[in-house]
Amino acid sequence: MIKSILIFNNHGKPRLIRFYQYFAEEMQQQIIRETFHLVSKRDDNVCNFLEGGSLIGGSDDKLIYRHYATLYFVFCVDSSESELGILDLIQVFVETLDKCFENVCELDLIFHMDKVHYILQEVVMGGMVLETNMNEIVAQVELQNRMEKSEVSPSATLKDHASVLTSNITVFISLVADLRIAAHISDVASDPNRSDVAVDVVETTDQSELSRPSS
Amino acid sequence: MALKIVKGSIDRMFDKNLQDLVRGIRNHKEDEAKYISTCIDEIKQELKQDNIAVKANAVCKLTYLQMLGYDVSWAAFNIVEVMSSSKFTYKRIGYLAASQCFHESTDVIMLTTNQIRKDLSSPNQYDTGVALTGLSCFVTPDLARDLANDIMTLMSHTKPYIRKKAVLIMYKVFLKYPESLRPAFPRLKEKLEDPDPGVQSAAVNVICELARRNPKNYLSLAPLFFKLMTSSTNNWVLIKIIKLFGALTPLEPRLGKKLIEPLTNLIHSTSAMSLLYECVNTVIAVLISLSSGMPNHSASIQLCVQKLRILIEDSDQNLKYLGLLAMSKILKTHPKSVQSHKDLILQCLDDKDESIRLRALDLLYGMVSKKNLMEIVKKLMLHVDKAEGTTYRDELLTKIIDICSQSNYQYITNFEWYISILVELTRLEGTRHGHLIASQMLDVAIRVKAIRVFAVAQMATLLDNAHLMTGNVQRKGICEVLYAAAWICGEFSEHLDNPMQTLEAMLRPKVATLPGHIQAVYVQNAAKLFATVLKNQEGNTEGTAAQETSQLMIDRLPLFVQSANLEVQERASCILQLVKYIQKLQQKDVEVAEEVIALFAGELNPVAPKAQKKVPIPEGLDLDAWINEPPSESESEDEQPKAIFAKEETKHSRPRHTEVDEKELARRREVRKQEQASNPFYIKASPSSQKVYQEAPGVDHIPVVQIDLSVPLKVPGLPMSDQYVKLEEERRQKDRADKKKKEKKKRKEKRSGRGKKHDSGPESEEDITPAHMVDIVTEEMPENALPSDDDDKDPNDPHKALDIDLDKPLADSEKLPVRSHRAAEPLKSPAEDGDAESAASQEPKKKSSKEKREKKKDKDRDRKKSKDEKKKKKHRHEEKGEDLLGSQADEPVVQSEETSEVAAPPASNTAEVSDLDFWLSNAPVPSNTQEAATLPAAVAAPVPETPSGTAPDSEPDEPKDTEPEETDKKSSKHKKKKQKKEKKEEKEKKKKKKHHHHHRHSDGGAEESVQNGTVEEEEEEPLPPMSNYCLLAENSYIKMENDIQGNLQDGSQVVVSVIFENKCDSFLKSMEFNVLDSLNSKLQRAEGSGPHDGLTVPFQLPPVVSNEARFVFTVQSIVMPQKLKGTLTFIVKNEDSSTHEKLDFKLHFTCSSYLITTPCYSDAFAKLLESGDLKCSSVKLEGVIMPFHHLLARICFHHHFSVVERVDSCASMYSRSIQGHHVCLLVKTSVQTVTIDAKCDEPTLLGNVLDEIKQTFSQC
Repeated sequence: MIKSILIFNNHGKPRLIRFYQYFAEEMQQQIIRETFHLVSKRDDNVCNFLEGGSLIGGSDDKLIYRHYATLYFVFCVDSSESELGILDLIQVFVETLDKCFENVCELDLIFHMDKVHYILQEVVMGGMVLETNMNEIVAQVELQNRMEKSEVSPSATLKDHASVLTSNITVFISLVADLRIAAHISDVASDPNRSDVAVDVVETTDQSELSRPSS
Repeated sequence: MALKIVKGSIDRMFDKNLQDLVRGIRNHKEDEAKYISTCIDEIKQELKQDNIAVKANAVCKLTYLQMLGYDVSWAAFNIVEVMSSSKFTYKRIGYLAASQCFHESTDVIMLTTNQIRKDLSSPNQYDTGVALTGLSCFVTPDLARDLANDIMTLMSHTKPYIRKKAVLIMYKVFLKYPESLRPAFPRLKEKLEDPDPGVQSAAVNVICELARRNPKNYLSLAPLFFKLMTSSTNNWVLIKIIKLFGALTPLEPRLGKKLIEPLTNLIHSTSAMSLLYECVNTVIAVLISLSSGMPNHSASIQLCVQKLRILIEDSDQNLKYLGLLAMSKILKTHPKSVQSHKDLILQCLDDKDESIRLRALDLLYGMVSKKNLMEIVKKLMLHVDKAEGTTYRDELLTKIIDICSQSNYQYITNFEWYISILVELTRLEGTRHGHLIASQMLDVAIRVKAIRVFAVAQMATLLDNAHLMTGNVQRKGICEVLYAAAWICGEFSEHLDNPMQTLEAMLRPKVATLPGHIQAVYVQNAAKLFATVLKNQEGNTEGTAAQETSQLMIDRLPLFVQSANLEVQERASCILQLVKYIQKLQQKDVEVAEEVIALFAGELNPVAPKAQKKVPIPEGLDLDAWINEPPSESESEDEQPKAIFAKEETKHSRPRHTEVDEKELARRREVRKQEQASNPFYIKASPSSQKVYQEAPGVDHIPVVQIDLSVPLKVPGLPMSDQYVKLEEERRQKDRADKKKKEKKKRKEKRSGRGKKHDSGPESEEDITPAHMVDIVTEEMPENALPSDDDDKDPNDPHKALDIDLDKPLADSEKLPVRSHRAAEPLKSPAEDGDAESAASQEPKKKSSKEKREKKKDKDRDRKKSKDEKKKKKHRHEEKGEDLLGSQADEPVVQSEETSEVAAPPASNTAEVSDLDFWLSNAPVPSNTQEAATLPAAVAAPVPETPSGTAPDSEPDEPKDTEPEETDKKSSKHKKKKQKKEKKEEKEKKKKKKHHHHHRHSDGGAEESVQNGTVEEEEEEPLPPMSNYCLLAENSYIKMENDIQGNLQDGSQVVVSVIFENKCDSFLKSMEFNVLDSLNSKLQRAEGSGPHDGLTVPFQLPPVVSNEARFVFTVQSIVMPQKLKGTLTFIVKNEDSSTHEKLDFKLHFTCSSYLITTPCYSDAFAKLLESGDLKCSSVKLEGVIMPFHHLLARICFHHHFSVVERVDSCASMYSRSIQGHHVCLLVKTSVQTVTIDAKCDEPTLLGNVLDEIKQTFSQC
């Protein structure tokens, strides 16, 4: 069984967390901190297995992780999983992300946590490995995305939003020229994915690609 | 005003989505918390709206905030709302949020049951998928109970995507609702052979997970898994299965024997490291489970160790780590094979990677010997000095102690050395393991009498330098050592050189800063020391010295009397009074030393830790009954070694008490004496009076702290353990020299110049004599000690509930609960209900149930077929390069698979056997395949489609155009044969019984018993076992049985599986199988060999062993049955002679063997019949007295048909030949007469098939 899957960056900021057994939120954060502490002090050229996480699991459990560019992918598993198998699984997962996001980088994970979750759901379910075949995973993810697109077509969104508006909107439609709102529109309209580079100049490291393990 | 409203609305139109939220948080780095709290307020507003899109958006943002550690459980109800949206997009968001933050105590989960059920039965597979995924994360016992049946239905969904998810989630359901395991298990088992590799892998996953916790319940699946293991090429599945076998082998050694060979083959062939590693692991488990040996054991171990060495030497740290991990498993049972790699492991101790160092440490434990212990420990001590990080250092410390103390100090030759090692360890900074060192010191000092003098001296020095340990706050843990030091000095004070000095050291004011329990020991042992000092002082000179000592006690003890610790206080005041009394006596010049000493007289014996527990309760003793009226005082003795100085004990041992009640006390004393005798930590207190000599603490008592911390602290006077290594070396050399001298005396002429070489030469363990005559006192155990029955199982383990016997028949009460509002249909069984439901709801589901049924009908042959397909698929996958473990990895496995078609590797044949005992016994059984076919099928489905018939397998020599040649040889052999036959029959009987069992089981479960209009009688007669293997030829050496099956992939190939059984007690080897080809049929021979060359059978047969080989034939026309003459030649090898023998046989290719069980839907079947391309024919069978379902089962089994539809006493059946001919049957029965109307596009083939069917039924 996989007990938990954690993705965090070089500074310990969580990018995705998935626990297959219940922990309260504070505990989850504590586990992330502890795991980060354990993992981050290890060189890139040491082995990818780690025992001794005190917060999650017992003596039976291991942390198996990979470090890609700015991100750590950490799986906490018990002894029923093959160590090397899980390492491969992480690789499969990351390559799948790479395919789905096209040259995935940390920013993709930051802004599309939900999508990463959906992809992960096709790989691991309830702590057990569901699918290891990358093409199959990508196919299922894409089919679901297509379905989502067909549901939330532009017209549909407009209709949804329109219902929010009160009827007198038409009267004041000219007021949309209000500068602030216009700015807001442009902000939302721009591609959140790439345009963020400007916003996030601080974290340029987010941009480095993940497809190769850094070791 | 209006403007404001509109602006609000428009703002809302552009509500922040997830990306905006993330961006916002990133832009508010300084006041993140504040920003998020405003965001949460916004989200709360959004959740209040009716618009589901807005809500979903809000929930999505909440999921993000949850990741950052914010509790979002307040929005649980809104999450449920979003989950119940009809749109996939929102539903998905809802389920994601739920899976992230719902848990068992989330109360709104109750509300979700119906929603989830609706989603599970949604026509959209992704709705179902999303619901399953979500549910897997937050399933509760209630949900599991309510939805188990729905999920079970989904396990047979048409879409593999849903099937695999449903299969996986069943594990979670089992955990939460263990009652569901038994009803669902048959279907789960069935999924092991699902055509979709993903589903198969999921089923393997679930069963492995279940079996890991309760392996014994899953032993019966071993044959099935074995088959999967030898046929699967999916490394994931293989790894899981191999891991599972690792868990099963300890329960069934015979399984291990079976596994060794295929696993060894895998080890040799695979290039996937993960697979290799797991194979090695399981082989190790097997070797551990096989206590005594197969002859080739050592070869397997060597192979493992050698492979592991390669892993450890690899530059990849991961492999190195795993190699060490696996090595430590071998170590437990085969230390010798690991010891030869000591160099490698010591090398790993220097690795920069802590994980690897720890693993290497584990290994060292098993590698020490008398010879190398000192050397290894020395190396470890160096590491202790170098180590940064307390965890690693503590680990080192415990390992050193473990290594030295293992198996009763077996490897320690010099206890002085060990004591000094322990003393050196006390200088460690910040260790948590002070108590560990302390208990070692105590143990050694108590049990090794010869060492006491030395130990006491060392301990005295420690006490003297106690400030080094207490001074630093960081070193808190280590002061536990003082506990041991004080006790040893006190108890064995007669060995002290200068007891007075030690006494003073123990009464220093600084002692008051120590933890209470240590102070208590100090006080008590000060009293003992005091007794010793008195004795020394009274013996010589005038009494003043003794009185001074008493005065010292009286001066110092009040410090302890004021202690906050009760124990210390009590002891101190007792002893203080005693000393005052002694002082009084001393002033009267009374010699008291003898009496004081008497208080502490007596030898202590070590007692085994669990001795008290193991004292058997004497017969007739009721421990719960009151002996007297209410108990006035507790007499229970604390037997825990840590709880020293139990109050009552000390009181009772005082001589004063004797006056009270003479008889009672005498009795108690007797009892107590006995107890004291067996309690090593029992220490007697003593009252006494004494004169005291006052001595103010002078300047020399103020400790001078050495603060040179860069160098390990060296306390003057403490010997370094290194010296002992040298000493030991010298000593051994001397020993050797002595020995050599003796030897030389004996044979001077032979040995002259070998003296120095000897030094480096290996030295046997026995050569090393201990430095001291050590007497390691063994720990005492009570007489008639009970065997240990420690049950350490965690009662809270959820898997405990899953320890369920899966082979027992299913009781009515065990059926899964079904929704009651659907009860319009009669409640038959959950599965039925589910099926009926799905059938009613949709057309596609109907199809699925049909598929299901067809699957059941398919026999092992069909499974093979589907596996072949899978294999092909997998080939394709590999080409795409998607195999996660690298396509290379699979190559060797695949190759071996391919060759196995021509000649199966010796082990793979066994995979077909299913009944465990049967399968595990090496004796060949003709009904192997049939067993395999019936067992899983019988469990999964009791319907007539079950591939079984009534062929009596006690007579495997069913004449099938074979001419068994019986050449009678020695009578002894004959006898043996007979015996074996009898045995076989017995087994057969047993097996039959088992069959009944299984049938009842499945009938009870009524799993899928009604399908697609096939109405069943409630109580079907159980199907007798059947076999397609028929006798090919037999003589006194060997028996051959064969089965012929078409090859789906190649329309011109049939595979002949032949079981060779060695009937004699000689070795059969060099078997060659040859067939005289006809124009129509040819044996496929190896490339390059001529048309008349034989095929070598790829194995040899030890006595009374059977094995199976497969031969491929190419056939041109399949419309006619055909016979081929053939010969088997082989060499019979005895101890003294070997003879060439041969056996002729006739292979009979029936037309039925060209047919392949192919499922067909009724609509397709109808179309086929309507098409008019088929020729008609019919046959009538008279006097058939067997139930209709038996009849169908026989046709299915022997002639490879599948039932398309069955109505009452009429059934349509279908099969296809390897060349694509359709064969359709309509079977009708009325009182003992069966008419079969048949249609086929090839009349000759049809005629022959019908003839064969007729023959089948004429035989019974």
